Amino acid sequence: MNGGQDLGGTHGHGAVKPEPNEPVFHGNWEKRAFALTMAMAMPGGWNLDMSRFARENRPPGEYLSMTYYQIWFAALETMLKERGLVAEDEIAAGHSLYPPKPVKRMLSPGDVEKTLHRGGPTERDTNTKAAFKPGDKVRAKNINPRTHTRLPRYVRGRVGTIERIIGCHVFPDSNAAGAGENPQWLYTVRFDGRELWGDEGDPTSKISVDAWEPYLEPA
Amino acid sequence: MSDHDHDHHHDHDHSELSETQLRVRALETVLTEKGYVDPAALDLLIETYEKKVGPRNGARVVAKAWADPAYRARLLKDATPAIAEIGYAGRQGEHIVALENTPKRHNMVVCTLCSCYPWPVLGLPPVWYKSAPYRSRAVSDPRGVLADFGVTLPKETEIRIWDSTAEIRYLVLPMRPEGTEGWSEEKLADLVTRDSMIGTGLPKSPKDIAK
Repeated sequence: MNGGQDLGGTHGHGAVKPEPNEPVFHGNWEKRAFALTMAMAMPGGWNLDMSRFARENRPPGEYLSMTYYQIWFAALETMLKERGLVAEDEIAAGHSLYPPKPVKRMLSPGDVEKTLHRGGPTERDTNTKAAFKPGDKVRAKNINPRTHTRLPRYVRGRVGTIERIIGCHVFPDSNAAGAGENPQWLYTVRFDGRELWGDEGDPTSKISVDAWEPYLEPA
Repeated sequence: MSDHDHDHHHDHDHSELSETQLRVRALETVLTEKGYVDPAALDLLIETYEKKVGPRNGARVVAKAWADPAYRARLLKDATPAIAEIGYAGRQGEHIVALENTPKRHNMVVCTLCSCYPWPVLGLPPVWYKSAPYRSRAVSDPRGVLADFGVTLPKETEIRIWDSTAEIRYLVLPMRPEGTEGWSEEKLADLVTRDSMIGTGLPKSPKDIAK
């Protein structure tokens, strides 16, 4: 979606302000919001791409005025409610008011370490051949889906060079919609700063995105 | 959980944050009562990213690459197994690529669409990395962003920006500072800053840590 999350090249946000000696979390609620989000993925049954869409799918003004963990938490609430796992009146009451829905499994303390260590690799086997090879010129397609995509607006319509074939990976545009992993070839595509930003671009800069094959066409 | 949650960091209406704090607490209670989460697992998740996983991990990887040419070659060829050799792997680091800084090329990593970051080696990202100023300008005004960090690079240096739009996570391998010949990996690791592994900073010099 062309939402508030797609920030590359937008103006007016001001300077980057690093915080000296920044703590990992700011306040206890951030810790709990983070951990709840991590722990609920398993019983909630959603995938990473669904989570990302739940975070970005809000009015851009809202997205930009929330802190990052506020966005995470709002997305968690949304996904729980969509699946009927929690109701608004329960959050308002601060207690469970209805019987729990059966869930596949929960994250037990004993599972935390191995679950984190295993992670969620997204590379998949395939019988298909990659359509592009390193050095090929490609154009990022001018797509504008209202749904989740990982092709940022700032490269759409621009011509770049295939730098590397990464492998065949889960396709977020499908996975976020619950339409299956639909693995696709993934490439690192490099663009010149001037191709992306015209005369305003830094001629010494090169910018890459990792782009799935359906995002690309020969140029 | 503390009853004294304060948040002085963000420029947000305090009542909105209080509202969020209350909702987070309420939701945790509801989810616990329903048996969907175990608070002890939540505590472990928090402890892992507060105490165990952080940029010190990445610093060890970089220091080893500086000290051991064979390891450096393995890291640059296929970083995920090379990093796993030292015991770091997993969530948000399933597919890691190491990017070598040279006198001719400086690498910088961003996620313009969200907050993708190599957790096993750097921990959770700082607020600025997830913020609109960084995500908007890293790709269009990299030298301006570097200036915000007090970093100036030679005019002819190529700046190579990596937007983490997929599940590949990037770790910058900065250049080894001069005057560190014969240093142990342990000592070298003290020179490696978090920002130098994102590309918004440079490693410390021996002088910096002598202070």
